[in-house]
Amino acid sequence: MTNHWVDIKNADLVMVMGGNAAEAHPCGFKWVIEAKKHRGAKLVVVDPRFTRSASVSDYYAPIRSGSDIAFLGGVIHYLLSNDKIHHDYVKRFTNAAFLIDAGFKFEDGFFSGYNAEKRNYAKDTWKYQLDSDGYAKIDETLQDPNCVFQLMKQHYSRYTPELVSKVTGTPKDRFLKVCEMIAETAAPDKTMTICYALGWTQHSVGSQNIRTMAMVQLLLGNMGMAGGGINALRGHSNVQGITDMCLYSEVLPGYLSAPTDADKTRDAYLAARTPKALRPNQMNFPQNFPKWFTSLQKAWYGNAATKDNDFCYDWLPKKDAGYDVLAIFERMYQGKMDGFVCQGFNPLAAVPNKRKVGEALAKLKYLVIIDPLVTDTSEFWKPHGEFNEADPAKIQTEVFRLPCNLFAEETGSYTNSGRVVQWHWQAAEGPGESISDTEVVARLFQKIKAMYQKEGGKLPEPILNLTWPYRIPAKPSPEELLMEISGKALGDVFDPKDATKVIAKAGEQLAGFAQLRDDGSTTCGNWIYGGVWSQAGNLSARRDNSDPSGLGQTLNWGFAWPANRRILYNRASCDPSGKPWDPRRAVIKWTGKAWGGNDVPDMRPDAAPDEGVMPFIMTPEGVARLFAPAMAEGPFPEHYEPFETPLDKNPFHPENPKALNNPVTRIYKGDSEAFGKAADFPYVGTTYRLVEHYHYWTKHATINAVLQPEQFVEIGEELAKEKGIVAGDKVKVRSSRGFIKAVAVVTKRIKALDVDGRKVHTVGIPIHWGFKGVAKPGFIANTLTPFVGDANSQTPEFKAFLVNIEKV
Amino acid sequence: MIRNPKDLARYTAHERANHWVVGISFILLALSGLAFFHPAFFPLAQLFGGGTWARILHPYVGVLMAVSFLVLFFRFSALNAMTPADREWLSRVGEMVDGNDHDMPEQGKYNGGQKLMFWALALCMLLLVASGIVMWRAWFDVPVGVIRLGAVVHAATAAVMIALIFVHVYAAIWVKGTIRAMWYGTVTRAWAKQHHRAWYRQVTGKS
Amino acid sequence: MALQSLDITRRSATTTPAPSVRQTTEVAKLIDVSACIGCKACQAACMEWNDIRDEIGTCHGVYDNPMDLTAKSWTVMRYAEVEQDGRLEWLIRKDGCMHCADPGCLKACPAPGAILQYANGIVDFHEEHCIGCGYCITGCPFNIPRLSKEDGKAYKCSLCSDRVAVGQAPACIKACPTGALQFGAKEQMKHYAEERIHDLQSRGYQKAGLYDPPGVGGTHVMYVLHHADQPELYSRLPNDPGISPLVSLWKGVAKPLATLALAGVALGSLFHYVTKGPNEVSKELEDELEKEDAK
Repeated sequence: MTNHWVDIKNADLVMVMGGNAAEAHPCGFKWVIEAKKHRGAKLVVVDPRFTRSASVSDYYAPIRSGSDIAFLGGVIHYLLSNDKIHHDYVKRFTNAAFLIDAGFKFEDGFFSGYNAEKRNYAKDTWKYQLDSDGYAKIDETLQDPNCVFQLMKQHYSRYTPELVSKVTGTPKDRFLKVCEMIAETAAPDKTMTICYALGWTQHSVGSQNIRTMAMVQLLLGNMGMAGGGINALRGHSNVQGITDMCLYSEVLPGYLSAPTDADKTRDAYLAARTPKALRPNQMNFPQNFPKWFTSLQKAWYGNAATKDNDFCYDWLPKKDAGYDVLAIFERMYQGKMDGFVCQGFNPLAAVPNKRKVGEALAKLKYLVIIDPLVTDTSEFWKPHGEFNEADPAKIQTEVFRLPCNLFAEETGSYTNSGRVVQWHWQAAEGPGESISDTEVVARLFQKIKAMYQKEGGKLPEPILNLTWPYRIPAKPSPEELLMEISGKALGDVFDPKDATKVIAKAGEQLAGFAQLRDDGSTTCGNWIYGGVWSQAGNLSARRDNSDPSGLGQTLNWGFAWPANRRILYNRASCDPSGKPWDPRRAVIKWTGKAWGGNDVPDMRPDAAPDEGVMPFIMTPEGVARLFAPAMAEGPFPEHYEPFETPLDKNPFHPENPKALNNPVTRIYKGDSEAFGKAADFPYVGTTYRLVEHYHYWTKHATINAVLQPEQFVEIGEELAKEKGIVAGDKVKVRSSRGFIKAVAVVTKRIKALDVDGRKVHTVGIPIHWGFKGVAKPGFIANTLTPFVGDANSQTPEFKAFLVNIEKV
Repeated sequence: MIRNPKDLARYTAHERANHWVVGISFILLALSGLAFFHPAFFPLAQLFGGGTWARILHPYVGVLMAVSFLVLFFRFSALNAMTPADREWLSRVGEMVDGNDHDMPEQGKYNGGQKLMFWALALCMLLLVASGIVMWRAWFDVPVGVIRLGAVVHAATAAVMIALIFVHVYAAIWVKGTIRAMWYGTVTRAWAKQHHRAWYRQVTGKS
Repeated sequence: MALQSLDITRRSATTTPAPSVRQTTEVAKLIDVSACIGCKACQAACMEWNDIRDEIGTCHGVYDNPMDLTAKSWTVMRYAEVEQDGRLEWLIRKDGCMHCADPGCLKACPAPGAILQYANGIVDFHEEHCIGCGYCITGCPFNIPRLSKEDGKAYKCSLCSDRVAVGQAPACIKACPTGALQFGAKEQMKHYAEERIHDLQSRGYQKAGLYDPPGVGGTHVMYVLHHADQPELYSRLPNDPGISPLVSLWKGVAKPLATLALAGVALGSLFHYVTKGPNEVSKELEDELEKEDAK
C-alpha cells in the first residue's frame, strides 16, 4: 500500500477491483465501512462476481476476468476525453510533459523494438529526449505530439466505451457510471482509494493491471493524498514483510536489484543501479544505492567484508536465469534439481498445474518440509484416492518433515499491507517437538558450516565467513535479528555537512537509512527497515494509538517503513507551493522553513517549494511515470487476452493474431501445448479465496471447517440451467490439465457476460481444499490452472483460464 | 375369590386388568402432565424423579395408555351403543344427580351417562394421542404451527379428560357397591337390579 | 450467576416475583445489515467463547454453513440473493435469539427457572433446569431454540450474559471486523441506528429502518435493514412477529381457567356427596332379593 489500512477511512470513493477486500481482508475492510459511515464515501466494486464486497457497495459492475486493462484503459480514455483530470498535478507531478524519443511507436499491438523470436523488447526508443546537460526535455504546454500526455491520449483513444464493453462484457451504462464516479475524484479535494489484491496480480498482465490503475490515480491527483493511493492488500498478515526481506529471487532485501552474471564487478553492479538525476534539483534518492548495498554486505559478511575485497561482492550468487516459482518448478520438472527446501509453503496446492508440480517433486532426491502443519505437499507421494493419485512405488523422493511453530508460538514482527512493522509476543508454546523457523534454519546452517569446516568443499568462504553474531548460534533471537535488520554503526558516523560532528557512535543502533554509508562503517540488513530499532529501542513495539490529526496516522504506533512514513509520496498532497490540495485532510505542508505536519515528509525536510524538488523522490526525474519504460510489455499498458481466452482474437488487434496474448510472457515448452481452447473449454475459470478459510491452513482447523466444510464451485443460474445443474449437485470441472469435483453453488451473483458478440460464463473456483486436514477432503484447485505467469513478476495466471463443467 | 355365589359377574379379570392399566397410566399421565401445565403443579414432577424424567416418561406412558385404551375400546364399544332409552335417561340426568333415581328409565349394562362418558373419553384419547405425537420432539419433527395447535389441543383435552375422570371416579364412589365391580368383578343383585335393571333381567332371566 | 440473580425480571414457570431489587440498563445488540459482509466471524467467536463446536457438515449449494441454528450453533449467517427492479442484492443476515422483551420461550417454558429474563433484557436459558420439553421452541416467534440430540436440553444465544454481567460486550460483537455488530444501551443503539438509517436513506434506500418489532414488546437484538418494509427478504425475517395466539391461549388464560375448572369438579363432587349423600342400593331391593332367596 502506498497509504495504509486506517487511511482508507479518508477516501471519498473506495474502489474494489482486482480483489474482494470484504472476503479476503475483512478486518481491514472495516475502514471501508468507516469511510462510508463517517465520510459518506461511496464504494464501487468491479468484479466478475457479485462478491461479499459488492454486497455492501453502492455500485457494482461485472467484468470478464482478464480484461481489467481494457476497463481501466477505458477509464483513462474517459478521463482524458471528458477533461476529468487534476491538471496541475498531472502537469507538475507526473512525466506528462516529458518528451519521448521520436522513434517510439505503437503499431498493431506491439510497441517499437519488439523481437518476436526472443519475446522481448529492445527498449532503445522507450526513453526521454535529453538535452545537452543530460536532463529530460519537457513541454509544459503538453501539446508536443511526442510528449507523454499526447502519446498517452493517443494510445487510449482506442479504448472507447463501446470497445471496452465489447471486450470486458461490462454493460456500457455500468462502465460509464463507474467512470463518472471515478471522475468526481479529479477534484483536488476529492480522493479515491483503490483496494486491489491477487485479482490483479495473478494474470499474465498482472503488473500492467496495477500500473493502469496507477496512471488513473495520477491523472486524478490521488497519489500521496490521504484517502488516495494504490493499495495492494497483501495475502498473509506478514506477506509484506516477507516481500521486503526478499521473497523474490530478482531482488535482495529492501528491493535491491540482485546481481546477475552480467554484473562482473561491484563497481559495474553499482554503476548500473545508481541513476543520475534526469531533471535539475531532484532528490533522485536511488543515488544512495551504494550505501544501502554496502551496508547489506557488511550485515552479511561483517569484518570479512572490506573495501579491498569489494566487501565480498564475489561471494554473492549471480543470477544466471529466472528463480521465480515457475522457473524453479520447471527446473525441477526437467529433473535438474536434487533437493528442495520448502518452508511455510505448500506448492503442490499453491503452484499452478498440480499434476506438473507433483511430477516435478517426484524427480527430487529429497524434499525438506519446514511447516507447522502436515501439508498436502508433504504427502505428494501418497495416494489419497481421486484427490491425489500418486504411486509411491514409482517415487523415490525422500521427504523430511521439520515441524516448526505457528506465528502465535513465537515472538517477532509482522509487516502489514500498510508497511507498518508491528512487534508481536509469543502467546503459547508450540506443540510437540516444534521449534521456530529461525531455529530450524540456524541449526541447518550450523550443521552445514561444520561440514564445510571439516570437509572443505567448493567455495566454502561465503558459508564460513557469514556473520553469525548471535548469543545462541543455534537460536538467534528475534530481537537480535530485528536489530541487525535495522542497522548499526560499526565505526563513528559523521554528519555529511559537518565532518567533525558524530551523528552515531560506533556500536550504536542507527536512526535510519539516511545514516548509512558506503565505506563499510555501517551495517544494515534491510535499508528500508532502517531505524525500526534505533537507540530509542524497538519502535515496532510501540502501541500509542493517539491520533491528533484524526486522519488515523498514529505515528507512534509501530514503525512504518520507510522512515516511519505512513503515506508515500505525501509531498504530492500539497500543491507546488506547499499548500495542501485539501486542507481538511492535510498530510503535510510547507511551514515556511520546513516540511511538517501529520506524517514524516516524503521530501528533504528543508526543500523549499521554490526549489522545485518534485515529490516522487524515488525516480531520477522526480515525478511519477505515466510513461514507464521499466515494464516488460511496454511503457503504456495495453490489453492482451489471458493465455486461455474464450476469444479467438484480441478485439483491440483483430488483424494481428500474435497480439492475442502478452507478447513478452515467458512460456515453457509443453505448457503452451497444455493451454486449452475455447472449443473444448468454453467457460472462464477463476480461482479465489473465501473469508471462512485461510489458504491451505485452515482446512486443518475445526472452526473454519465447520464454517465452510466442503469444496464447491460457483456458477450462474443461466449456465446451471443449460447444464442441468442445480444447487447442491456434484459437478466435475475440467481444464486441459486435469479435473476437480465439487458441490455446485448456483447463484444469481455470477451473470453471463456479452463479450465480443458471444456469451461468456464464469466458473468460480474457491481454492482452500486439499486432501489433508479436518475439513471434508477435496481436490487441489490448482489442478486446473495454467503454468504461465506475468511477464514482469512471473506471478501465475490463476485468475483467468478455460474450463468446462458437467454434472457428475 | 367369590364372596357370594349369587353375586352377578360384571367384569372379567381381563377386563379389570385392562381397565386398571388404563387407569394407572392415566394417573401417571395426569400427574406428569399437570406438572408441565401449571407451575403450581410442577412439584408433581418430583414423583417421577424430576422434570426431565417426567418429560421423558410422559409420552411413553401415553403410548401405553393409548394402546390399552384401544383394547378397552374394542372390548366395550358395542356395549356402549346409544339407545333411545339412554337418551331419555340422559334427558332426566338431573333427577339422577339429585339422588332421586327411583323413576329413572330402565338401563342395560351401562346407562346413558356411562355411555356418554365412554365416547367422550374415547374422543379425548384420540385427540391426546394425535396432539401428543405432534409435541413429542424426541421422535417427531413437525412444523411449529402444528405443534402450537397440538399444544393447545393437548392441554385443553387433557383438562377435559381429567374432569371427566373425576366424574367417573366420583360416580363410582357415590354409587355404593360399584367399585367392587372393578376390584372383584362382581356386583350384588340388588345393585344390578337398582341401577341396571335391564341388564339384571338379562343376566338373571328374572323380571 | 450470583451477580445476575438480583436483577431477574421474569423466571419461567414461576408465579411469584423473582429477585429483582437491582435495576440495570436495558442493553441491545444492533445488527447493521448494511455493513455486514457475512464473514461469519461472529459464528467463529460464538463457538470459541462458548466452547462449542458443531459438526463439520457438507456444502448444500449455498454459502450458509452450518445450514441452520443447532444446539451447537447459536448464531448463523443467512444469505439471500434478491433481485428487485433489475438490481441484485445479497442480503446477509445474522440469525440468532432476538431477546424479546416479551419472550415466547419463557412464556411457554414449564420448568421453573429454566429461562430467565434479566433486567437488562437478556433472555437466558439455564440448561441445568431445562427438562427438554421443547416448549420454548413452540413458543418462539423466531424459531430460535434448538434441542440438543446429545443431552436433550434446549440451547440458544445467551447474548453472552456471562460477559455482559462483567461489563464486556458479547463475543460476536468483539469479533465483528466491520462494526456491523454494535452493543450498548438499547437507547444508545437506537440513536446509532438512526444515523445509519439516515445514511442509507441518503444512498437511495428510502425504506431503510430499524427492526425492533413491537409485537414482542421490542427486542434486545435489533436490525438496521435497507428494506425495513420487507423483512421477509432477509431469509424470512418475520414481518410483525408476535407470540402465537395459540401459545398465548395455551400458556395464558387456559392455565388458570382449567385449573379452576378441575378444582370446581373436584369440590363439586365432594359437596354433592355431602349434600346428597351416597347413592346406596335401596333397602327395599335388598330385602326383596333376600326374600326371593329365602323361598
